[in-house]
Amino acid sequence: MIARLPRTLIISFVMAFLVAPILVVFVASLNANQFLDFPIEQASTRWYQELFTDSQWRTAVSNSLTIAVASAAFAVALALPMAFVLHTWKPRLTQVFFALGVLPFMLPPVISAMGALVLWNEIGRIGRIENVIIAHGVFFSTIPLITISLALRDIDPSLDEAAMTLGASGRRRFATIILPLLVPSIVTGYVASFVLSLNEYIIAFMVAGFSVETLPIKIFNSLRYGFTPTIAAVSVVFTAISVLALSVLARLGGLEKLLGGSVTER
Amino acid sequence: MVDVAPAPPEDLTDPVTEPLGPVPDPHADESSRPRMPWSARLLLAVPVAVLTVFFLGPFALMLRTSFYRRVQGGFYEPAFVLESWTRLTSEFYVDRTIFSILACAFVAAITVAVAFPFTWYLTRMRPRFQVPLLVLLLSALALSEVIVAFAWDLILGRSTGITNVLVWIGLMSEPRSYTPGFVALAIGLAYIAFPYCVLAFYPTLSRIDDELVEAATTLGAKRGAVFRTVVVPLGRTTLVAGFLLVFVFTLGSYIIAQVLGRPEHWTLSVFISDQAVFNSNIPFAAAIAIFLTVVSLVVVAITSRLARQEVAS
Repeated sequence: MIARLPRTLIISFVMAFLVAPILVVFVASLNANQFLDFPIEQASTRWYQELFTDSQWRTAVSNSLTIAVASAAFAVALALPMAFVLHTWKPRLTQVFFALGVLPFMLPPVISAMGALVLWNEIGRIGRIENVIIAHGVFFSTIPLITISLALRDIDPSLDEAAMTLGASGRRRFATIILPLLVPSIVTGYVASFVLSLNEYIIAFMVAGFSVETLPIKIFNSLRYGFTPTIAAVSVVFTAISVLALSVLARLGGLEKLLGGSVTER
Repeated sequence: MVDVAPAPPEDLTDPVTEPLGPVPDPHADESSRPRMPWSARLLLAVPVAVLTVFFLGPFALMLRTSFYRRVQGGFYEPAFVLESWTRLTSEFYVDRTIFSILACAFVAAITVAVAFPFTWYLTRMRPRFQVPLLVLLLSALALSEVIVAFAWDLILGRSTGITNVLVWIGLMSEPRSYTPGFVALAIGLAYIAFPYCVLAFYPTLSRIDDELVEAATTLGAKRGAVFRTVVVPLGRTTLVAGFLLVFVFTLGSYIIAQVLGRPEHWTLSVFISDQAVFNSNIPFAAAIAIFLTVVSLVVVAITSRLARQEVAS
Protein backbone atom coordinates (compact mmCIF):
# COMPACT_ATOMS: atom_id res chain seq x y z
CA MET A 1 0.00 0.00 0.00
CA ILE A 2 1.42 3.34 -1.09
CA ALA A 3 0.20 5.16 1.99
CA ARG A 4 2.20 2.80 4.18
CA LEU A 5 5.42 3.43 2.27
CA PRO A 6 7.06 5.96 4.62
CA ARG A 7 6.33 3.68 7.54
CA THR A 8 7.78 0.59 5.88
CA LEU A 9 10.84 2.53 4.71
CA ILE A 10 11.64 4.01 8.08
CA ILE A 11 11.13 0.79 9.99
CA SER A 12 13.25 -1.28 7.61
CA PHE A 13 15.95 1.36 7.51
CA VAL A 14 16.11 1.54 11.31
CA MET A 15 16.12 -2.24 11.68
CA ALA A 16 18.96 -2.59 9.16
CA PHE A 17 20.86 0.21 10.90
CA LEU A 18 20.44 -1.37 14.34
CA VAL A 19 21.22 -4.90 13.23
CA ALA A 20 24.20 -4.11 10.96
CA PRO A 21 26.95 -3.86 13.61
CA ILE A 22 25.65 -6.91 15.49
CA LEU A 23 25.56 -8.92 12.27
CA VAL A 24 28.99 -7.82 11.11
CA VAL A 25 30.61 -8.67 14.41
CA PHE A 26 28.91 -12.06 14.41
CA VAL A 27 30.15 -12.90 10.91
CA ALA A 28 33.65 -11.71 11.77
CA SER A 29 33.72 -13.96 14.84
CA LEU A 30 33.19 -17.05 12.68
CA ASN A 31 36.12 -16.33 10.41
CA ALA A 32 38.64 -19.15 10.62
CA ASN A 33 41.44 -16.91 9.41
CA GLN A 34 43.38 -14.82 11.91
CA PHE A 35 43.03 -11.83 9.60
CA LEU A 36 39.71 -10.61 8.51
CA ASP A 37 38.59 -11.32 4.99
CA PHE A 38 35.18 -10.60 3.60
CA PRO A 39 33.39 -12.69 2.54
CA ILE A 40 34.87 -15.27 4.86
CA GLU A 41 36.34 -18.35 3.28
CA GLN A 42 36.02 -20.82 6.10
CA ALA A 43 33.89 -20.74 9.19
CA SER A 44 35.15 -21.85 12.57
CA THR A 45 34.29 -21.62 16.22
CA ARG A 46 37.90 -21.71 17.39
CA TRP A 47 37.83 -18.10 18.59
CA TYR A 48 35.00 -18.93 20.95
CA GLN A 49 37.05 -21.77 22.38
CA GLU A 50 40.00 -19.48 22.84
CA LEU A 51 37.78 -17.16 24.80
CA PHE A 52 37.13 -19.81 27.42
CA THR A 53 40.66 -21.16 27.59
CA ASP A 54 42.65 -17.92 27.57
CA SER A 55 43.05 -16.85 31.19
CA GLN A 56 43.32 -13.15 30.34
CA TRP A 57 39.93 -13.08 28.69
CA ARG A 58 38.49 -15.17 31.52
CA THR A 59 39.75 -12.67 34.09
CA ALA A 60 38.23 -9.79 32.13
CA VAL A 61 34.89 -11.59 31.91
CA SER A 62 34.85 -12.34 35.63
CA ASN A 63 35.83 -8.75 36.53
CA SER A 64 33.03 -7.41 34.39
CA LEU A 65 30.47 -9.82 35.81
CA THR A 66 31.53 -9.07 39.40
CA ILE A 67 31.25 -5.34 38.84
CA ALA A 68 27.91 -5.62 37.03
CA VAL A 69 26.28 -7.92 39.64
CA ALA A 70 27.47 -5.84 42.60
CA SER A 71 26.97 -2.37 41.15
CA ALA A 72 23.44 -3.13 39.95
CA ALA A 73 22.61 -4.35 43.48
CA PHE A 74 24.11 -1.17 44.89
CA ALA A 75 22.13 0.94 42.42
CA VAL A 76 18.87 -0.71 43.48
CA ALA A 77 19.77 -0.40 47.16
CA LEU A 78 20.19 3.36 46.65
CA ALA A 79 17.13 3.79 44.47
CA LEU A 80 14.49 1.70 46.26
CA PRO A 81 14.42 3.55 49.62
CA MET A 82 14.75 6.89 47.85
CA ALA A 83 11.89 6.23 45.42
CA PHE A 84 9.72 4.83 48.21
CA VAL A 85 10.21 7.69 50.66
CA LEU A 86 9.90 10.39 48.01
CA HIS A 87 6.70 8.84 46.70
CA THR A 88 5.13 8.09 50.06
CA TRP A 89 5.89 11.23 52.07
CA LYS A 90 6.68 13.73 49.33
CA PRO A 91 9.03 15.79 51.50
CA ARG A 92 9.50 19.47 50.78
CA LEU A 93 12.65 18.99 48.71
CA THR A 94 11.31 16.07 46.66
CA GLN A 95 12.19 17.78 43.38
CA VAL A 96 15.73 18.45 44.54
CA PHE A 97 16.29 14.90 45.79
CA PHE A 98 14.88 13.47 42.60
CA ALA A 99 17.11 15.72 40.53
CA LEU A 100 20.09 14.54 42.57
CA GLY A 101 19.15 10.96 41.74
CA VAL A 102 18.68 11.62 38.03
CA LEU A 103 21.63 13.94 37.44
CA PRO A 104 24.51 11.42 37.42
CA PHE A 105 22.99 9.67 34.43
CA MET A 106 21.95 12.91 32.73
CA LEU A 107 25.49 14.27 32.63
CA PRO A 108 28.14 12.77 30.35
CA PRO A 109 29.68 9.71 32.04
CA VAL A 110 33.16 11.08 31.56
CA ILE A 111 32.30 13.67 34.21
CA SER A 112 31.38 11.00 36.76
CA ALA A 113 34.54 9.17 35.75
CA MET A 114 36.72 12.22 36.30
CA GLY A 115 35.01 12.96 39.60
CA ALA A 116 35.59 9.44 40.89
CA LEU A 117 39.20 9.55 39.74
CA VAL A 118 39.85 12.75 41.69
CA LEU A 119 37.96 11.45 44.73
CA TRP A 120 39.92 8.20 44.97
CA ASN A 121 43.20 10.01 44.35
CA GLU A 122 42.31 12.20 47.30
CA ILE A 123 41.43 9.24 49.53
CA GLY A 124 44.50 7.40 48.33
CA ARG A 125 42.86 4.09 47.49
CA ILE A 126 43.22 3.94 43.75
CA GLY A 127 42.75 1.15 41.28
CA ARG A 128 40.41 -1.05 43.31
CA ILE A 129 37.47 -2.98 42.02
CA GLU A 130 35.24 -1.56 44.78
CA ASN A 131 35.82 1.91 43.37
CA VAL A 132 34.38 0.84 40.04
CA ILE A 133 31.43 -0.86 41.76
CA ILE A 134 30.60 2.31 43.70
CA ALA A 135 31.06 4.56 40.67
CA HIS A 136 28.84 2.35 38.51
CA GLY A 137 26.26 1.96 41.28
CA VAL A 138 25.95 5.72 41.73
CA PHE A 139 25.93 6.41 37.99
CA PHE A 140 23.30 3.79 37.14
CA SER A 141 21.10 4.27 40.24
CA THR A 142 19.06 6.66 38.09
CA ILE A 143 17.60 3.72 36.18
CA PRO A 144 16.03 1.78 39.09
CA LEU A 145 15.03 5.12 40.60
CA ILE A 146 12.94 5.84 37.52
CA THR A 147 11.51 2.33 37.03
CA ILE A 148 10.55 2.03 40.72
CA SER A 149 9.11 5.56 40.90
CA LEU A 150 6.93 4.87 37.86
CA ALA A 151 5.72 1.61 39.40
CA LEU A 152 4.91 3.31 42.72
CA ARG A 153 2.83 5.86 40.87
CA ASP A 154 0.79 3.09 39.29
CA ILE A 155 -0.02 1.27 42.53
CA ASP A 156 -3.67 1.65 43.37
CA PRO A 157 -3.78 3.56 46.70
CA SER A 158 -6.94 1.73 47.71
CA LEU A 159 -4.91 -1.48 48.18
CA ASP A 160 -2.81 0.15 50.86
CA GLU A 161 -5.87 1.79 52.41
CA ALA A 162 -7.69 -1.53 52.56
CA ALA A 163 -4.78 -3.17 54.35
CA MET A 164 -4.57 -0.24 56.73
CA THR A 165 -8.26 -0.50 57.53
CA LEU A 166 -7.74 -4.17 58.28
CA GLY A 167 -5.07 -3.18 60.80
CA ALA A 168 -1.85 -4.05 59.00
CA SER A 169 1.18 -2.14 60.23
CA GLY A 170 3.22 0.07 57.94
CA ARG A 171 6.02 -2.44 57.84
CA ARG A 172 3.68 -5.30 57.07
CA ARG A 173 1.95 -3.36 54.33
CA PHE A 174 5.30 -2.55 52.76
CA ALA A 175 6.37 -6.19 52.86
CA THR A 176 3.09 -7.75 51.74
CA ILE A 177 1.61 -5.18 49.37
CA ILE A 178 4.01 -2.54 48.14
CA LEU A 179 7.15 -4.66 47.75
CA PRO A 180 5.53 -7.52 45.79
CA LEU A 181 3.96 -4.98 43.44
CA LEU A 182 7.37 -3.37 42.95
CA VAL A 183 9.18 -6.59 42.06
CA PRO A 184 8.89 -6.20 38.25
CA SER A 185 10.20 -2.64 38.38
CA ILE A 186 13.03 -3.65 40.71
CA VAL A 187 14.00 -6.50 38.40
CA THR A 188 13.85 -4.19 35.37
CA GLY A 189 15.98 -1.60 37.11
CA TYR A 190 18.46 -4.24 38.23
CA VAL A 191 18.76 -5.94 34.83
CA ALA A 192 19.07 -2.64 32.95
CA SER A 193 21.81 -1.43 35.32
CA PHE A 194 23.51 -4.82 35.11
CA VAL A 195 23.59 -4.82 31.32
CA LEU A 196 24.76 -1.22 31.06
CA SER A 197 27.45 -1.75 33.68
CA LEU A 198 28.68 -4.82 31.85
CA ASN A 199 29.25 -2.72 28.75
CA GLU A 200 30.44 0.52 30.30
CA TYR A 201 33.92 1.66 29.35
CA ILE A 202 34.94 5.16 30.33
CA ILE A 203 34.10 5.11 34.05
CA ALA A 204 35.68 1.69 34.57
CA PHE A 205 38.71 2.79 32.60
CA MET A 206 39.34 6.06 34.41
CA VAL A 207 38.59 4.75 37.89
CA ALA A 208 40.66 1.57 37.80
CA GLY A 209 41.49 0.78 34.18
CA PHE A 210 45.13 -0.04 34.81
CA SER A 211 44.59 -2.60 37.54
CA VAL A 212 41.08 -3.95 36.97
CA GLU A 213 40.67 -4.92 33.35
CA THR A 214 36.99 -5.24 32.48
CA LEU A 215 35.85 -6.72 29.22
CA PRO A 216 35.26 -3.46 27.30
CA ILE A 217 38.68 -2.26 28.48
CA LYS A 218 40.29 -5.51 27.42
CA ILE A 219 38.57 -5.32 24.02
CA PHE A 220 39.73 -1.76 23.52
CA ASN A 221 43.29 -2.55 24.61
CA SER A 222 43.40 -5.51 22.23
CA LEU A 223 42.13 -3.35 19.39
CA ARG A 224 45.21 -1.20 19.70
CA TYR A 225 47.26 -4.16 18.56
CA GLY A 226 44.94 -4.82 15.67
CA PHE A 227 41.76 -6.70 15.21
CA THR A 228 41.49 -10.38 16.07
CA PRO A 229 38.42 -12.61 15.66
CA THR A 230 38.59 -13.23 19.42
CA ILE A 231 37.44 -9.66 19.94
CA ALA A 232 34.49 -10.32 17.66
CA ALA A 233 33.73 -13.59 19.49
CA VAL A 234 33.78 -11.90 22.88
CA SER A 235 31.54 -9.13 21.57
CA VAL A 236 29.06 -11.70 20.33
CA VAL A 237 29.01 -13.53 23.67
CA PHE A 238 28.46 -10.30 25.55
CA THR A 239 25.78 -9.09 23.21
CA ALA A 240 24.08 -12.47 23.58
CA ILE A 241 24.11 -12.12 27.37
CA SER A 242 22.51 -8.68 27.05
CA VAL A 243 19.86 -9.84 24.59
CA LEU A 244 19.08 -12.83 26.79
CA ALA A 245 18.68 -10.67 29.89
CA LEU A 246 16.45 -8.24 28.02
CA SER A 247 14.31 -10.99 26.50
CA VAL A 248 13.75 -12.38 29.98
CA LEU A 249 12.50 -8.93 30.94
CA ALA A 250 10.22 -8.82 27.92
CA ARG A 251 8.83 -12.21 28.84
CA LEU A 252 8.52 -11.34 32.52
CA GLY A 253 6.01 -8.61 32.07
CA GLY A 254 4.91 -6.25 29.37
CA LEU A 255 8.10 -4.61 28.22
CA GLU A 256 6.07 -1.80 26.68
CA LYS A 257 4.52 -1.08 30.03
CA LEU A 258 7.83 -1.15 31.86
CA LEU A 259 9.17 1.39 29.40
CA GLY A 260 6.38 3.72 30.38
CA GLY A 261 4.10 3.19 27.42
CA SER A 262 0.40 2.61 27.57
CA VAL A 263 -0.62 -0.75 26.31
CA THR A 264 -3.91 -0.93 24.60
CA GLU A 265 -5.28 -3.84 22.69
CA ARG A 266 -4.66 -3.25 19.06
CA MET B 1 17.30 -10.69 43.58
CA VAL B 2 15.53 -10.55 46.90
CA ASP B 3 18.62 -9.70 48.92
CA VAL B 4 19.01 -6.64 46.76
CA ALA B 5 16.08 -4.97 48.40
CA PRO B 6 16.80 -3.39 51.75
CA ALA B 7 14.89 -4.81 54.69
CA PRO B 8 11.49 -3.26 55.17
CA PRO B 9 11.74 -0.15 57.29
CA GLU B 10 11.64 -1.19 60.95
CA ASP B 11 10.00 1.73 62.67
CA LEU B 12 7.16 2.13 60.28
CA THR B 13 5.43 -0.42 62.46
CA ASP B 14 4.75 1.94 65.29
CA PRO B 15 1.22 3.20 65.34
CA VAL B 16 -0.92 0.87 63.37
CA THR B 17 -3.16 3.70 62.47
CA GLU B 18 -0.45 5.86 61.01
CA PRO B 19 -0.71 5.69 57.24
CA LEU B 20 2.21 4.31 55.30
CA GLY B 21 2.30 7.75 53.87
CA PRO B 22 -0.26 10.33 53.20
CA VAL B 23 -3.14 8.52 51.62
CA PRO B 24 -2.72 9.92 48.13
CA ASP B 25 -5.46 12.43 47.66
CA PRO B 26 -5.53 14.49 44.51
CA HIS B 27 -7.08 17.40 46.38
CA ALA B 28 -4.54 17.42 49.19
CA ASP B 29 -2.60 20.64 49.41
CA GLU B 30 0.81 21.38 50.86
CA SER B 31 -0.35 21.98 54.41
CA SER B 32 -2.00 18.60 54.75
CA ARG B 33 1.36 16.87 54.38
CA PRO B 34 1.96 14.71 57.45
CA ARG B 35 5.24 14.83 59.30
CA MET B 36 7.78 12.38 58.05
CA PRO B 37 8.70 9.78 60.67
CA TRP B 38 12.35 9.49 61.60
CA SER B 39 12.63 6.08 60.01
CA ALA B 40 11.62 7.54 56.66
CA ARG B 41 14.08 10.39 57.07
CA LEU B 42 16.85 7.92 57.73
CA LEU B 43 15.79 5.81 54.77
CA LEU B 44 16.10 8.86 52.55
CA ALA B 45 19.21 10.25 54.22
CA VAL B 46 21.38 7.22 53.45
CA PRO B 47 21.09 7.24 49.65
CA VAL B 48 21.22 11.03 49.58
CA ALA B 49 24.42 10.92 51.64
CA VAL B 50 25.96 8.34 49.32
CA LEU B 51 25.08 10.44 46.26
CA THR B 52 26.44 13.54 47.95
CA VAL B 53 29.75 11.92 48.85
CA PHE B 54 30.31 10.06 45.60
CA PHE B 55 28.64 12.36 43.09
CA LEU B 56 28.41 15.94 44.39
CA GLY B 57 31.57 15.82 46.50
CA PRO B 58 33.85 15.11 43.53
CA PHE B 59 32.67 18.33 41.87
CA ALA B 60 34.07 20.34 44.75
CA LEU B 61 37.28 18.34 44.55
CA MET B 62 37.49 18.81 40.78
CA LEU B 63 36.92 22.54 41.12
CA ARG B 64 39.68 22.80 43.71
CA THR B 65 42.04 20.57 41.75
CA SER B 66 41.56 22.66 38.62
CA PHE B 67 43.46 25.47 40.36
CA TYR B 68 46.33 23.23 41.45
CA ARG B 69 49.72 23.42 39.87
CA ARG B 70 50.76 20.56 37.70
CA VAL B 71 54.17 19.09 38.47
CA GLN B 72 55.99 18.13 35.28
CA GLY B 73 56.36 14.39 34.91
CA GLY B 74 54.66 13.82 38.20
CA PHE B 75 51.33 14.65 39.66
CA TYR B 76 50.07 17.96 40.99
CA GLU B 77 50.54 20.09 44.08
CA PRO B 78 48.19 22.36 46.01
CA ALA B 79 48.38 25.91 44.71
CA PHE B 80 46.13 28.56 43.28
CA VAL B 81 47.08 29.00 39.65
CA LEU B 82 44.84 29.79 36.71
CA GLU B 83 47.02 27.86 34.29
CA SER B 84 44.42 25.18 33.48
CA TRP B 85 41.66 27.71 32.98
CA THR B 86 43.68 30.03 30.77
CA ARG B 87 44.66 27.02 28.69
CA LEU B 88 40.99 26.16 28.28
CA THR B 89 40.35 29.62 26.79
CA SER B 90 43.11 29.21 24.23
CA GLU B 91 42.03 29.24 20.61
CA PHE B 92 42.55 25.50 20.24
CA TYR B 93 40.16 24.55 23.02
CA VAL B 94 37.60 27.18 22.06
CA ASP B 95 37.61 25.62 18.59
CA ARG B 96 37.26 22.13 20.08
CA THR B 97 34.33 23.29 22.17
CA ILE B 98 32.56 24.84 19.19
CA PHE B 99 33.21 21.72 17.13
CA SER B 100 31.90 19.43 19.91
CA ILE B 101 28.72 21.46 20.26
CA LEU B 102 28.04 21.74 16.52
CA ALA B 103 28.83 18.09 15.80
CA CYS B 104 26.62 16.85 18.64
CA ALA B 105 23.78 19.21 17.68
CA PHE B 106 24.00 17.95 14.10
CA VAL B 107 23.88 14.31 15.21
CA ALA B 108 21.04 15.07 17.61
CA ALA B 109 19.00 16.71 14.84
CA ILE B 110 19.40 13.74 12.50
CA THR B 111 18.73 11.18 15.23
CA VAL B 112 15.56 12.95 16.35
CA ALA B 113 14.36 13.32 12.75
CA VAL B 114 14.49 9.55 12.25
CA ALA B 115 13.63 8.40 15.77
CA PHE B 116 10.46 10.46 16.10
CA PRO B 117 8.49 8.99 13.17
CA PHE B 118 10.00 5.58 13.93
CA THR B 119 8.76 5.68 17.52
CA TRP B 120 5.33 6.81 16.35
CA TYR B 121 5.02 3.84 13.98
CA LEU B 122 6.43 1.57 16.67
CA THR B 123 3.80 2.57 19.20
CA ARG B 124 1.02 1.88 16.69
CA MET B 125 2.13 -1.72 16.17
CA ARG B 126 0.55 -4.75 17.77
CA PRO B 127 2.51 -6.00 20.79
CA ARG B 128 3.44 -9.12 18.85
CA PHE B 129 5.52 -7.01 16.44
CA GLN B 130 6.37 -4.30 18.90
CA VAL B 131 8.12 -6.40 21.53
CA PRO B 132 10.80 -7.93 19.25
CA LEU B 133 11.61 -4.44 17.96
CA LEU B 134 11.89 -3.16 21.50
CA VAL B 135 14.23 -6.01 22.40
CA LEU B 136 16.35 -5.21 19.33
CA LEU B 137 16.39 -1.58 20.37
CA LEU B 138 17.41 -2.38 23.92
CA SER B 139 20.07 -4.78 22.67
CA ALA B 140 21.54 -2.01 20.55
CA LEU B 141 21.39 0.21 23.62
CA ALA B 142 23.24 -2.38 25.67
CA LEU B 143 25.97 -2.79 23.08
CA SER B 144 29.23 -1.49 24.48
CA GLU B 145 30.49 1.68 22.84
CA VAL B 146 33.69 -0.22 22.21
CA ILE B 147 31.86 -2.87 20.18
CA VAL B 148 29.81 -0.27 18.30
CA ALA B 149 32.93 1.66 17.35
CA PHE B 150 34.72 -1.49 16.27
CA ALA B 151 31.76 -2.75 14.22
CA TRP B 152 31.26 0.53 12.35
CA ASP B 153 34.98 0.68 11.78
CA LEU B 154 34.66 -2.67 9.99
CA ILE B 155 31.55 -1.63 8.07
CA LEU B 156 32.95 1.68 6.90
CA GLY B 157 36.53 0.53 6.39
CA ARG B 158 38.01 -0.04 2.96
CA SER B 159 38.93 -3.72 3.00
CA THR B 160 35.95 -5.11 4.90
CA GLY B 161 33.36 -2.44 4.46
CA ILE B 162 30.11 -1.79 2.78
CA THR B 163 31.77 -0.06 -0.18
CA ASN B 164 32.90 -3.50 -1.36
CA VAL B 165 29.25 -4.42 -1.71
CA LEU B 166 28.55 -1.20 -3.61
CA VAL B 167 31.45 -1.95 -5.96
CA TRP B 168 30.14 -5.46 -6.46
CA ILE B 169 26.68 -4.18 -7.35
CA GLY B 170 28.31 -1.68 -9.65
CA LEU B 171 27.33 1.50 -7.85
CA MET B 172 30.93 2.40 -7.09
CA SER B 173 34.13 1.98 -9.05
CA GLU B 174 36.47 1.12 -6.19
CA PRO B 175 36.16 0.54 -2.42
CA ARG B 176 36.62 3.57 -0.19
CA SER B 177 37.22 4.10 3.48
CA TYR B 178 35.02 6.45 5.46
CA THR B 179 36.70 5.78 8.74
CA PRO B 180 38.15 7.55 10.56
CA GLY B 181 36.28 10.62 9.48
CA PHE B 182 33.32 12.82 10.20
CA VAL B 183 30.82 10.49 8.48
CA ALA B 184 31.92 7.56 10.63
CA LEU B 185 31.84 9.73 13.75
CA ALA B 186 28.31 10.93 13.01
CA ILE B 187 27.03 7.40 12.26
CA GLY B 188 28.64 5.99 15.41
CA LEU B 189 27.24 8.74 17.62
CA ALA B 190 23.78 8.42 16.06
CA TYR B 191 23.90 4.67 16.65
CA ILE B 192 24.59 4.87 20.38
CA ALA B 193 22.09 7.71 20.82
CA PHE B 194 19.22 6.31 18.77
CA PRO B 195 17.85 3.76 21.30
CA TYR B 196 17.90 6.34 24.11
CA CYS B 197 16.08 8.77 21.89
CA VAL B 198 13.34 6.24 21.07
CA LEU B 199 12.94 5.40 24.76
CA ALA B 200 12.53 9.11 25.49
CA PHE B 201 9.77 9.46 22.87
CA TYR B 202 8.09 6.18 23.65
CA PRO B 203 5.96 7.01 26.72
CA THR B 204 4.45 10.19 25.27
CA LEU B 205 3.81 8.84 21.80
CA SER B 206 2.34 5.56 23.03
CA ARG B 207 -0.18 7.54 25.07
CA ILE B 208 -1.55 9.44 22.10
CA ASP B 209 -5.08 8.20 21.75
CA ASP B 210 -5.91 6.21 18.63
CA GLU B 211 -9.25 8.01 18.53
CA LEU B 212 -7.52 11.30 17.73
CA VAL B 213 -5.96 9.67 14.72
CA GLU B 214 -9.25 8.13 13.71
CA ALA B 215 -11.04 11.45 14.10
CA ALA B 216 -8.51 13.19 11.87
CA THR B 217 -8.75 10.41 9.31
CA THR B 218 -12.54 10.53 9.37
CA LEU B 219 -12.34 14.25 8.69
CA GLY B 220 -10.34 13.45 5.59
CA ALA B 221 -6.73 13.86 6.68
CA LYS B 222 -4.21 11.66 4.92
CA ARG B 223 -1.58 9.76 6.92
CA GLY B 224 1.09 12.39 6.34
CA ALA B 225 -1.28 15.14 7.38
CA VAL B 226 -2.25 13.24 10.53
CA PHE B 227 1.39 12.93 11.45
CA ARG B 228 2.11 16.62 10.84
CA THR B 229 -1.02 18.08 12.38
CA VAL B 230 -1.78 15.68 15.22
CA VAL B 231 1.30 13.70 16.25
CA VAL B 232 4.00 16.34 15.91
CA PRO B 233 2.14 19.06 17.87
CA LEU B 234 1.25 16.59 20.64
CA GLY B 235 4.82 15.35 20.82
CA ARG B 236 6.55 18.70 20.57
CA THR B 237 7.74 18.80 24.16
CA THR B 238 9.10 15.29 24.07
CA LEU B 239 10.73 16.11 20.73
CA VAL B 240 12.70 18.88 22.39
CA ALA B 241 13.52 16.64 25.34
CA GLY B 242 14.77 13.92 22.99
CA PHE B 243 16.99 16.39 21.16
CA LEU B 244 18.49 17.49 24.45
CA LEU B 245 19.02 13.94 25.63
CA VAL B 246 20.87 12.96 22.46
CA PHE B 247 22.90 16.16 22.51
CA VAL B 248 24.20 15.66 26.04
CA PHE B 249 24.63 11.95 25.50
CA THR B 250 26.77 12.33 22.39
CA LEU B 251 28.72 15.15 24.00
CA GLY B 252 29.83 12.59 26.58
CA SER B 253 30.88 9.90 24.15
CA TYR B 254 34.52 8.97 24.36
CA ILE B 255 35.22 5.81 22.39
CA ILE B 256 33.25 6.72 19.27
CA ALA B 257 35.08 10.02 18.80
CA GLN B 258 38.37 8.36 19.62
CA VAL B 259 38.04 5.42 17.21
CA LEU B 260 35.85 6.74 14.39
CA GLY B 261 37.04 10.35 14.31
CA ARG B 262 40.36 11.85 13.39
CA PRO B 263 42.10 13.91 16.07
CA GLU B 264 40.44 17.02 14.64
CA HIS B 265 37.08 15.38 15.41
CA TRP B 266 37.87 14.73 19.05
CA THR B 267 35.25 16.01 21.41
CA LEU B 268 35.79 17.50 24.88
CA SER B 269 35.22 14.09 26.50
CA VAL B 270 38.21 12.66 24.68
CA PHE B 271 40.39 15.50 25.91
CA ILE B 272 39.32 14.93 29.50
CA SER B 273 40.44 11.32 29.63
CA ASP B 274 43.40 12.01 27.39
CA GLN B 275 44.67 14.68 29.77
CA ALA B 276 43.84 12.73 32.93
CA VAL B 277 45.12 9.32 31.92
CA PHE B 278 47.75 9.73 29.24
CA ASN B 279 49.20 13.13 30.09
CA SER B 280 48.51 12.82 33.83
CA ASN B 281 47.50 16.44 33.86
CA ILE B 282 44.74 16.08 36.44
CA PRO B 283 44.24 19.82 37.07
CA PHE B 284 43.60 20.51 33.38
CA ALA B 285 41.36 17.45 32.98
CA ALA B 286 39.37 18.62 36.03
CA ALA B 287 38.98 22.08 34.48
CA ILE B 288 37.63 20.63 31.22
CA ALA B 289 35.30 18.34 33.17
CA ILE B 290 33.86 21.28 35.14
CA PHE B 291 33.47 23.20 31.91
CA LEU B 292 31.70 20.28 30.21
CA THR B 293 29.37 20.01 33.21
CA VAL B 294 28.46 23.67 32.92
CA VAL B 295 27.84 23.36 29.18
CA SER B 296 25.64 20.30 29.73
CA LEU B 297 23.69 21.95 32.54
CA VAL B 298 23.12 25.10 30.49
CA VAL B 299 21.77 23.03 27.60
CA VAL B 300 19.52 21.11 29.98
CA ALA B 301 18.22 24.35 31.47
CA ILE B 302 17.58 26.07 28.14
CA THR B 303 15.80 23.09 26.70
CA SER B 304 13.62 22.42 29.70
CA ARG B 305 12.60 26.09 29.64
CA LEU B 306 11.72 25.81 25.97
CA ALA B 307 9.69 22.73 26.71
CA ARG B 308 7.83 24.51 29.50
CA GLN B 309 7.00 27.48 27.27
CA GLU B 310 5.60 25.14 24.69
CA VAL B 311 3.44 23.48 27.28
CA ALA B 312 2.20 26.87 28.40
CA SER B 313 1.39 28.19 24.94
